[in-house]
Amino acid sequence: MTILEILEFGFMQRALISGIAVAAICSAIGLFLVLRKHSLFGDAMSHVAFGGLSIGLFLNLYPIWTAYAFTIIAALGITKMTDSIKIPPDSSVAILLSSGLAVGIVLISLSGGFSLDLFSFLFGSILLISTQDTITIVFLSIAILAIIAIMYRRLMYITFDEKQASVSGINVKLANYIFIVLAAITVVTSIRLVGVLLISALIVLPNITAILFGRGFKKTAIISIGIAIASVVSGIVISYFANIAPAGAIVLTGVAIFLCTIVTRNIRKSIRPIKITEPYLHNRSQE
Amino acid sequence: MLNITSASPIVEIDHLSYWYDSSFLTLDNISFRMEQGDLLGIIGPNGAGKTTLFSCILGILTDYRGTVKLFGKEILKNRKALLSEVGYVPQHASIEQSFPANIEEIISFGLLGSIEKYSRSYAKDQVLKAMQIVGLTDKKNKRFNELSGGQQQRVLIAKAMVHNPRLLILDEPTSGIDQETQDRFYELIRKLNAEEKISIILSSHDLDAVSKLANKVACINRKMHFHGDAKDFFGDENMLKTYYESAMQTHLRLHQFNTKSNSQQLPST
Repeated sequence: MTILEILEFGFMQRALISGIAVAAICSAIGLFLVLRKHSLFGDAMSHVAFGGLSIGLFLNLYPIWTAYAFTIIAALGITKMTDSIKIPPDSSVAILLSSGLAVGIVLISLSGGFSLDLFSFLFGSILLISTQDTITIVFLSIAILAIIAIMYRRLMYITFDEKQASVSGINVKLANYIFIVLAAITVVTSIRLVGVLLISALIVLPNITAILFGRGFKKTAIISIGIAIASVVSGIVISYFANIAPAGAIVLTGVAIFLCTIVTRNIRKSIRPIKITEPYLHNRSQE
Repeated sequence: MLNITSASPIVEIDHLSYWYDSSFLTLDNISFRMEQGDLLGIIGPNGAGKTTLFSCILGILTDYRGTVKLFGKEILKNRKALLSEVGYVPQHASIEQSFPANIEEIISFGLLGSIEKYSRSYAKDQVLKAMQIVGLTDKKNKRFNELSGGQQQRVLIAKAMVHNPRLLILDEPTSGIDQETQDRFYELIRKLNAEEKISIILSSHDLDAVSKLANKVACINRKMHFHGDAKDFFGDENMLKTYYESAMQTHLRLHQFNTKSNSQQLPST
């Protein structure tokens, strides 16, 4: 079976379309998170989303919608708290992560154990995505990318220096709240793809790889999106042929690209010819 | 749109006092005016309140006592409109070095917020003009961390002046930069003031540089010790003696405050 032949399967088409959409939003949002040194914020929000999913399953509501609501409220709440009582960013991550997980564990214990649905959210189930889910993911991804495209200069400036951005007349607080809502929606939208436990890899890996050689913010963002899409598409295809979990294959592909980039970069550095300045050559010829 | 008349003083500060953490008096009853075209050097030791003063002028701090006016209007009532006429260069240390934006992108930040709407070609022209003034046209595709300390400061100056401000505020712009780069930097400041007609406030520890650059000097150390012509300040030996004495007192005062704060935070044993 060739790569083109697997595209004939409906589930593969849906997986690839939603995978590409999710890769684009994760890397776009992730670039700002990584540069703000909030890499683990995505991880924290995914654990809050886990609590939200548990609420949905416990109350017999559609779990993705309860995850959206719970994650957005928690993200806004912790941002407000961080602003007003100056909690360090790593502590806010710890609070979000543990409280989200705690809600999930309590509700699981009350409902008598893991359901299959919750398990698929933990580890991702991209091959089981329905047409309706695909449409929702694509629609939300387009909306998120459009808002980032409109705000990206302001977000870039705030990321560069919040104080200077504020002095320039930018409403930093409002921009930060909008960004945090976008990040929360991105995490919940992406959970279907790589699951709660691996989502932060999709947010962080393409960006730290792109930052290594991107010249300019826009170029870095484009490289990052390219790497994320390459990781997702290769990961899905590899998982199909090797019969392994797609989420793990996607993340491991991302790790492989990152490691290859570092190795290539170091090799290029070590074989780069040393520039010998003219005075040195002149001295050598006199010896 | 705010109506700013050229006859109004650029900066007008009246009886300004500020308490850091609601307990530590950082600025005590400061008053002064700055006129169009002035290059005002603000000198004072570490902890004298220079950055606090700038934060009040820029409307970052709002819980002060007294009034702060820019171009004749109160900053807290017209912050956005007034700041569109101001360029600000913070202390060197507050900039994230690994940021992947190139120089052109960073300079264009200065147009955001200050100007409501602008075309891409206008932005490009303004950025190019700013790069030419600071002499960085050949570095436009470099990343910020690939430049030397002096070049980075020139990028921040270009960013601060890309929207054609009437006032430029520079907070210790040469800290951590070698002497040769400092000299070139001060030459740029002189050029901006004389040729581009930008009024400038510059805070610095470097009395020598301020004496050569500024036409007006404000010496603050929590209180205003002197405000007037630079030649009057630097020509008076007693002024300089008082400056160094009060610098030593500030050092002691800060040490006592920090010791007190630390002992309050530590649990008693």
